[in-house]
Amino acid sequence: MSKIEVKNIFKIFGSHPAKWIDAARNGISKDELLAKSGHTLGLRDISLSIEEGSIYVIMGLSGSGKSTLIRHFNRLIDPSAGQILVDGLDVMSLNNRDLESFRRKKMSMVFQRFGLFPHRSVLENAAYGLTVQGVGKAEREKRASEWLEQVGLAGFEKQYPHQLSGGMQQRVGLARALATDAEILLMDEAFSALDPLIRREMQDHLLALQAKLNKTIVFITHDLDEALRLGNRIAILKDGELVQEGTPEDILLNPANDYVQSFLQDVNRTKVLNASHAINPPRLTLTMRSRPAHVVDRLHAMNWEYAPVLDGKRLAGVLTMDAAQVAMRNGARDISGSVEDLATVPATAGLDEVLARLLHSDKPMAVTDDNDEFMGMLSRRKLVELVTPPPSESTESVFAPSAASVAAKAQATSDGAVVADVSPPADPLSTGDVAGAESPTAHRDADQLASTVDAGGPGSAKEGVVQRDKV
Amino acid sequence: MFPEIIPARSVRGAIDSFVDHLVENYASTLETLSQPILDVLVWLEQVLRSTPWWLIVIAVVAIAWLVSRKIVLSLCMGVLLCMLGVIGLWDAGMQTLSLMLMATFLSVLVGIPLGILMARVNWLRNVMLPVLDVMQTMPSFVYLIPVVMLFGLGKIPALIATVIYAVPPLIRLTDLGIRLVDREVLEASRAFGATSRQQLFGVQLPLALPNIMAGVNQTTMMALSMVVIASMIGARGLGYEVLLGINRLEVGRGLLAGLGIVILAVLFDRITQSYGHRVRRQGGQR
Repeated sequence: MSKIEVKNIFKIFGSHPAKWIDAARNGISKDELLAKSGHTLGLRDISLSIEEGSIYVIMGLSGSGKSTLIRHFNRLIDPSAGQILVDGLDVMSLNNRDLESFRRKKMSMVFQRFGLFPHRSVLENAAYGLTVQGVGKAEREKRASEWLEQVGLAGFEKQYPHQLSGGMQQRVGLARALATDAEILLMDEAFSALDPLIRREMQDHLLALQAKLNKTIVFITHDLDEALRLGNRIAILKDGELVQEGTPEDILLNPANDYVQSFLQDVNRTKVLNASHAINPPRLTLTMRSRPAHVVDRLHAMNWEYAPVLDGKRLAGVLTMDAAQVAMRNGARDISGSVEDLATVPATAGLDEVLARLLHSDKPMAVTDDNDEFMGMLSRRKLVELVTPPPSESTESVFAPSAASVAAKAQATSDGAVVADVSPPADPLSTGDVAGAESPTAHRDADQLASTVDAGGPGSAKEGVVQRDKV
Repeated sequence: MFPEIIPARSVRGAIDSFVDHLVENYASTLETLSQPILDVLVWLEQVLRSTPWWLIVIAVVAIAWLVSRKIVLSLCMGVLLCMLGVIGLWDAGMQTLSLMLMATFLSVLVGIPLGILMARVNWLRNVMLPVLDVMQTMPSFVYLIPVVMLFGLGKIPALIATVIYAVPPLIRLTDLGIRLVDREVLEASRAFGATSRQQLFGVQLPLALPNIMAGVNQTTMMALSMVVIASMIGARGLGYEVLLGINRLEVGRGLLAGLGIVILAVLFDRITQSYGHRVRRQGGQR
């Protein structure tokens, strides 16, 4: 069940919102509403479902209604119409007192400009949620200082907020939010006021904390890079309407319209997409038991130079045409003796890392999943297409659906035990020259990226978290 | 000539008879109601006048130090207070001081809650703003007459007139201070489930304190400027000395008494202001 569920939320700012709800339902435009009634349309028909334990990013430019939306979750703002369910509880049904205790226990919030209390010390700030709950002084100070230590602020307890830098102030804000042990963390442009280096550091910190705590985080941002980096799912708002909702890959590969597309222009795609997006579905896979003669026939039929060989679900290596013919001539029972090693990359490796490796060898490369199971061969053409932003929409729509379906197909085939054969010849080596032609740009990208690669860009933040945890 | 729509004479008459009615029926009730305040005021005056002068000087220096943590400033305050004795106005000064303290206390008692209410209730604010304007601009003699009729000559009407004149800035600045509290900070406290009482005492009032202290400072200054008028209706003290000086054309007496008022004003001003400054610094709102 989803942790937070929002159904058909409307928000109209003005003196008589109820009067204009129907007009908003019938699709009156924001400008028209303002001209006719002096009311501002804040949100129109927003429905979202946020899974427990995920980071859900709500993205949009200023004025898109994202900060308004997040304030509906803890009812700092009441909707004009619609339903908000948290753990199945209708938040709109709460009276004042219940709402206060709901805010104390269920949710905590981090603010763009920190929202720290200037007259309280760092420790008192971090303990504020507990103070409000009525926790005793000794207990709340103990818990607050534990959290301050978690966010790396041990030793600053006695300072006042104005004595700290922006990044440190936001750590206090984070500690304050975490100290109440609320299950849901609302972060309203929490890192937007910080400079880029500190912002990145805070993002890492948040991901590391999330790997430990597994909270449900709703994160607001206007920065797509941040959204793609943190989000398990992303919702994009424009003028109070939901434009697109989906995983980071969905949004990157299938932008719903020009608005989303325009966001994507400057995104560093190699960071967000990973090897699993650039694979060809295995059309012909061999097993260790395959007979050499049969293999040679198949390879001939498809006009291929080599094919991957599986041992169970795991990748055993690669069999080249030459090796197969030698095995056939030697009268080998099966091909197990002729299999050569094949370079592999994990599916979660960022495209930047994959690019760097491809530039150092022109050998084929296989992609394996978390359990080391074979997913498919890396396609150089797809890689180049993914890394290069589409010049026009048409290109995007041509390749995007296929790339998305690739993942699904690959999933399906790697589930089925032994796989074999069929369909037209695809790229392996033959498209190497395409990659070569594109390589000047690709090379530059890779160089830029190689210096900043950590454990490889997360395909989705979830995977990213897992990786960091291992590191 | 502007056409006469309602005869002014009858309006005046109506007001007069209304006040007469009030005086006839409620004067004694009001007097008994105000008795406790008078008792406190008389007691305070007795204490101040009977305490040895050096003890009061020490007390003022101590308070100044507690409030400002500045030694030089505190000692200056002591010296200034001694000046009051040097020019021979110690006793009158203590009488005025007691009236001042009482007026400030009552103003705080009335002004801060009203300011808080004004900041929270919009319609009350709309009602209060013109009322405050009237309180500040209406010549004080206008309301002195009915107040004297109701309470008789003496300290109580002087106190009431002083409070009416002095309380508006405190109300305004309390309201302003609370409204100026950073929206996001207040939102943060709401988001953590603070009740409105917790918001008020934990966030709004502490953050509005510098402004409220500025209001208290203004209130004491305005109260001091009322002492001469208050002396006309029976409050003794420095104002009375000024009044005597005017009546007898004794410029020296008037000037020295005026100097005494200035000394008290400087004392009140420095002490309340330095407290406001310290609160501001602690609050980190630089």
